[in-house]
Amino acid sequence: MTIESWLQAAIADAERRGLPELKPILEGLARTTTALRAADFNDDASGLESALRNPQSTMPGPQP
Amino acid sequence: MMTIEQFGRRLRARELTAVRATEECLRRIEADNPRLNAFIRVMADEALQQARQADQELAAGQDRGPLHGVPISIKDLLDIRGLPTTAASHVRDGHVAERDAPVIAHLRMAGAVFVGKTNLHEFAFGTTNEDSAFGPARNPHDPTRSPGGSSGGSAASVAAGMALATIGTDTGGSIRIPAAACGIVGLKPSLGEVSIDGVVPLSRTFDHIGPLAQSVTDACLLYHALLGDAHATPPAPMPTHGLRLAVPRTYFCDVLDDEVRARFEETLDRLRSAGVHIDDIEIRHAADIAPVYLHIVLGDAAAYHAKTLETMPDKYTAPVRLRLEMGRYVLAEDYVRAMAGREQLTREVDAAMAQHDALILPTLPIPAPEIGATTVQIGGVAEPIRNLMLRLTQLFNVTGHPAISMPCGQTSAGLPCAVQLVGGRRQTDALLRVALACESAIGART
Repeated sequence: MTIESWLQAAIADAERRGLPELKPILEGLARTTTALRAADFNDDASGLESALRNPQSTMPGPQP
Repeated sequence: MMTIEQFGRRLRARELTAVRATEECLRRIEADNPRLNAFIRVMADEALQQARQADQELAAGQDRGPLHGVPISIKDLLDIRGLPTTAASHVRDGHVAERDAPVIAHLRMAGAVFVGKTNLHEFAFGTTNEDSAFGPARNPHDPTRSPGGSSGGSAASVAAGMALATIGTDTGGSIRIPAAACGIVGLKPSLGEVSIDGVVPLSRTFDHIGPLAQSVTDACLLYHALLGDAHATPPAPMPTHGLRLAVPRTYFCDVLDDEVRARFEETLDRLRSAGVHIDDIEIRHAADIAPVYLHIVLGDAAAYHAKTLETMPDKYTAPVRLRLEMGRYVLAEDYVRAMAGREQLTREVDAAMAQHDALILPTLPIPAPEIGATTVQIGGVAEPIRNLMLRLTQLFNVTGHPAISMPCGQTSAGLPCAVQLVGGRRQTDALLRVALACESAIGART
């Protein structure tokens, strides 16, 4: 889903639910999501744009 | 004001009793809480009973350790058996905790005295403490200003002498931000070290529990008690000569209030004079921190609140309700992208730490903001306060590195400024050793 179509659907849903004041907040989230999707750590199914990917996860896990 | 360390010496020298110290905290609560609104619940009877027991035990030769008889406050996001955990929200009306959170049980075993449960930003989802079902908590340094948040009431309670220390939670900076705004020390331990069971969650991915205190030594004593090690003594400070710190200047020092920047640079100068070696480093994806943080915390919070947002939406404060509703629109694919970004940022902070004992940066880009303000001027630009408050702290919730905030002077208006030290993952004790050394070299308690 593109950000434009997502934003349109989200605003329409918020208005349907009686929350029109969500519109500017959702527009702010759309800008943040645009930045997230543009980041170079994202994978690509073509395999051509995943240079940063590290096969070994370094995420924090449970404590010993 | 007396630190836990000083209290312990006087208690064991029979110069002071736990009851007298508790009575003094209760007296200050009675005098100052009406203007600071730091407490949601004062536990006077229970506290005096705990204090009497502590004094009797000590007289009988039973010493539970450094927290024996110490009056502390608890953020009202943690379960204490038999009491409501309000999370500063009417959504929680009628709740009564069936059991103590594990950290509360550990503190009880350590002999701590609970003087009350403190105010917070509703469900810990904010950094100013303005949105609370119980009204805003206020900063003891200037009650027209925020004490920071979300653990704002906790920090205010210590800064105003209503408790010797407190326990808070930190999902994007909620321990370090109020500690900085109120001029005290705040420690976010390494991710996963301290149990978050029995705590109302904001984001189970990023939630941490930790202490706010008047000194690094006190924070160290509380941190070990939270882990269940009531008799631990503080580690020796690292020697300052030869200590290696790194400043991530790009992004982290780009948007700073002039006086905050001046206090930070003066702090670096003092550390250099004490023999500390300081380099500049870069976190390459720093510009992606907020998008990564936001998509994860919003998704996590929305999942927890989805049912009550449908069944009792009017019981939330309006701003918190709207932010939670925003989270319901985060797409799964974007949450997954954010998790990939989290891995990248974790690698970059690990790499920055590899040649250094700690990172050093300001905790807050601005002094405590005025209650009700939404923007603040920096360099002629109106910056949103919410973004600024989280800007320098949220990365270390994303990556899980331990971080500690400590005072480093004041603005000309007398508002506290603070510096943040960040250690290696699962190396909180090593970070505390660095912090002890830096605290001594900086020598600036507010």
